[in-house]
Amino acid sequence: MARRSLKRTVRKTAHGTRDNAQAAASRTGGRIMGSHASGESLHPGSSRNGSLSQEEMWAYGLGLFGIGLGLAELMVPRRLARMIGAPSRHDGLVRAMGLREIASGVGILTQRAPAAAVWSRVAGDAMDLACLGAAFMSNRSQRGRVALATAAVAGATLLDMITAQQLSRGIETRNDHMSLTAALIIDRPQQELYRHWRELTNLPTFMKHLVRIEVQDDRRSHWVAKGPARSTVEWDAEITEDRPHECIAWRSVEGSTVDHAGSVRFEPASGGRGTIVTAEMEYRPPLGTVGAAVSAWLGEDPSHTVKMDLRRFKQVMETGEVITTEGQPAGRVETTSWKYDRAIKR
Amino acid sequence: MKANCWYGKQDMRVVDVPDPNILNKKDAIVKVSSAAICGSELHLYNGFVPTMEQGDVMGHEFMGEIVEVGPEVKQRRVGDRVVVAFPISCGQCFFCKKELYSLCENTNPNAWMAEKFFGHSPAGIYGYSHLTGGFAGGQAEYVRVPFADVGTIKIENGFSDEQVLFLSDIFPTGYMAAEQCNIQPGDTVAIWGCGPVGQFAIRSAFLLGAERVIAIDRFPARLQMARNGGADTIDYEETDVYDTLMQLTGGRGPDSCMDAVGLEAHMPGLLYYYDRIKQAMMSESDRPIALRQAIMACRNGGTVSIPGVYGALIDKMPMGAVMNKALTIKTGQTHCQRYLKPLLDRIAHGDIDPSFVVTHRMRLAEAPQGFDMFNRKQDGCIKIVMTP
Ligand SMILES: [Zn+2]
Ligand SMILES: [Zn+2]
Repeated sequence: MARRSLKRTVRKTAHGTRDNAQAAASRTGGRIMGSHASGESLHPGSSRNGSLSQEEMWAYGLGLFGIGLGLAELMVPRRLARMIGAPSRHDGLVRAMGLREIASGVGILTQRAPAAAVWSRVAGDAMDLACLGAAFMSNRSQRGRVALATAAVAGATLLDMITAQQLSRGIETRNDHMSLTAALIIDRPQQELYRHWRELTNLPTFMKHLVRIEVQDDRRSHWVAKGPARSTVEWDAEITEDRPHECIAWRSVEGSTVDHAGSVRFEPASGGRGTIVTAEMEYRPPLGTVGAAVSAWLGEDPSHTVKMDLRRFKQVMETGEVITTEGQPAGRVETTSWKYDRAIKR
Repeated sequence: MKANCWYGKQDMRVVDVPDPNILNKKDAIVKVSSAAICGSELHLYNGFVPTMEQGDVMGHEFMGEIVEVGPEVKQRRVGDRVVVAFPISCGQCFFCKKELYSLCENTNPNAWMAEKFFGHSPAGIYGYSHLTGGFAGGQAEYVRVPFADVGTIKIENGFSDEQVLFLSDIFPTGYMAAEQCNIQPGDTVAIWGCGPVGQFAIRSAFLLGAERVIAIDRFPARLQMARNGGADTIDYEETDVYDTLMQLTGGRGPDSCMDAVGLEAHMPGLLYYYDRIKQAMMSESDRPIALRQAIMACRNGGTVSIPGVYGALIDKMPMGAVMNKALTIKTGQTHCQRYLKPLLDRIAHGDIDPSFVVTHRMRLAEAPQGFDMFNRKQDGCIKIVMTP
């Protein structure tokens, strides 16, 4: 009976955590940065704007797994032991580990800032180690194994540590004005990269949200991007800075539907190892349809979206085209794409 | 065409899928004549590698005949008989130019996902999860081979498929692992795991001048094959590995140690169950049991070479031993393309006949049974080769 109520608590607190995170996000007036598409499977119902940060996602998953498996360990230790091939005399160990998994799992899910609970997991690992160390010492004292156990005590659970650390670092939030930067090294001379980028009609081959760019004159161009449900979003842009081989900057003209500015810098990398390309994108997403389109381009993790554009630019410049798996065989209805692929091809 | 697809943990099915097409200009389409099941695919089979999707075509060890080439394929043509290297590499980036092909910067369309896991992305790999690109694999009648000029070697002599097929992965993998051991005359090399990679590592260590190779496993057929290759063997279920290695090396330890096991390691004793529990609870993804032993046993100043596959995170890494014993750790997915020509030359020269490792032959249609048998290590199964 106690077990059942514990399970219910888990479900409730799990939702509580998400709502809290969303509330926190809307309170700060911006989106929580750093979450990514893989989190979608954990949160089928979560809305884009209120998505959890990557670290919270890790913690959330950690908490759920901890509880689920902790319950299994508590309730069916023998079956779990059989599943992993352990002799039944390890029941006690399995149960003990189960208890502490549940305790720290619940802790993670019920706290809005789960860093403390994750650290408690780290402490739990120390407990595991102490158990193990003792078990090893009481065994026939074979030098190899004792040495191994002693060495093992020096470690700690990496996943727990990493998660704890990232949560302690805090979550990056921004206001409605989004400024995104990414840099990538490309093994081609800066002149070549500059020329390819300056030919603005080339941009849609590697910037996936663009449909086409029409060049009107030396400075002005017309941009067509993907909108929701096969619609398009269009605006005019002008080049604001153009230093051959070094830098190109552009922005949407006054009164455009999309308030956007961008720049790209080309700097020689050290040791003649090509060029460091730094792209900066700024958006002030408006409300409504256009706003929805902009957040769709930027995806769950805007800075990573800019980096993907750069990565495709690198593929084009180094190998001649964007490398794709679109259209290859697979034993499913949709021949190629998978949820992760789709997440970045929107 | 028929292809062996992944549908879930221990659920492979041979199903009809569309034929592959040229998607990039440097692609070729290969009609597969032989494909093998790799030990590293067991990690997919057993559900330890994330980002597999139902219907993904398996297989990264395959060869066959080129039946179509893209407009920018320069050095291969229709009719060429080729073996395909398992990493997909562009040949143009910083790493490819350094012959570090498995680190190609351009061939993983899902690089961002790998960055979340690893900080940086490795190259794309055939049939090995979406984390490494989601490329359809070669356990099929036909397969698309991107960057065919870089990723294939033409076979012109009258070798049988089984003599050259393993250039696709396990021979270069065992060879590179041995090369990383930096073997000096008189050296003793200890190798954990006598699966297919371990077997090639044993023979490669001797090719590279090792005086003694000690191989560690628990399956009699594998230990026998290791002895056939000239190794001394330790059955880790019979004796304590560390103690035995110290006895054999006068307490100094092997000059280099190799973990050819990876993330699904076994060992008798409590620590094994500890790792199984942690792994089942997702608080570590990999069981580094063989790796810990290799680090503890390796002599001071020695090298630990890791061809075994690890996916993400391990627990209780004896870093103190690595530091205080001044160990060198060398690892990596195999830069397969780099070894195609030299190892084909070795085969042509008669230094080695890689077909020794084949224990089972079956049809592609039997792939699911093959995976099951290989996973259970039934019937002395070490290497399965499938034909269409
Ligand atoms: Zn393989
Ligand atoms: Zn490359």
